Amino acid sequence: MNQEIYPKLTEIITPYLPEDVDPKSIEPSSHLVNDLNINSTHLVDIVLDVEDAFDITIEDDELNKMDTVEASIALIEQKLEAR
Amino acid sequence: MTKEEIVAKLPYADPFLFVDRITEVSQTHIKGEFTFKDSCDFYKGHFVNFPVTPGVLLLECMMQIGLVSLGIYLLRDKGFDLRSNSTVAMVENEARFYKPVFPNETVTIESDLEYFRFHKLKSKVKMLNQNGEVVCQGIFSGILKPGDAES
Repeated sequence: MNQEIYPKLTEIITPYLPEDVDPKSIEPSSHLVNDLNINSTHLVDIVLDVEDAFDITIEDDELNKMDTVEASIALIEQKLEAR
Repeated sequence: MTKEEIVAKLPYADPFLFVDRITEVSQTHIKGEFTFKDSCDFYKGHFVNFPVTPGVLLLECMMQIGLVSLGIYLLRDKGFDLRSNSTVAMVENEARFYKPVFPNETVTIESDLEYFRFHKLKSKVKMLNQNGEVVCQGIFSGILKPGDAES
């Protein structure tokens, strides 16, 4: 688990959580849609914020790779290495 | 795609079509017009003895031109058809109202794209009256839900 990406990612996710989801409940294995109840439109906002924060580009067909927090981190790491 | 073709591809019909014509369109901008005719049924009830266009219909008009029409243009070569193989939904609107719109007023809607990614279209949309005064403006977003169309 990348210790630099994780806190940055949870910080990005937090404002998009529904009111009844505690930000403290975010775990590496959390599924963004099924566990954190993030809707599809906010998922797009999170991807755009991730792109800005890490200065990377996520392609349209890669959105489905960002299903859990750890999968998102893996994709971000992969993008940072390829940069 | 011509401006007339955009209107013809809208998934709305009377009494819920709030687009008369598109007057400008580009990859990042669209402009269109609509006249709220005094014969519209809702004026009988909004309000009793004081017909004024409901704000919710101003928002609808702004989204039909500013989001849906622009989206149809941007996806013109992608095989989506909002009348058969895909649908749209409003997901966010943050708007402020400044002036009322009375029966028979023609309004102009201008929309400037913020982004269109992963099927979500977000745009800054403004409605002006015939005097060029801002009636309503805000930031809107909608999402495309494809059926069997290729993305």
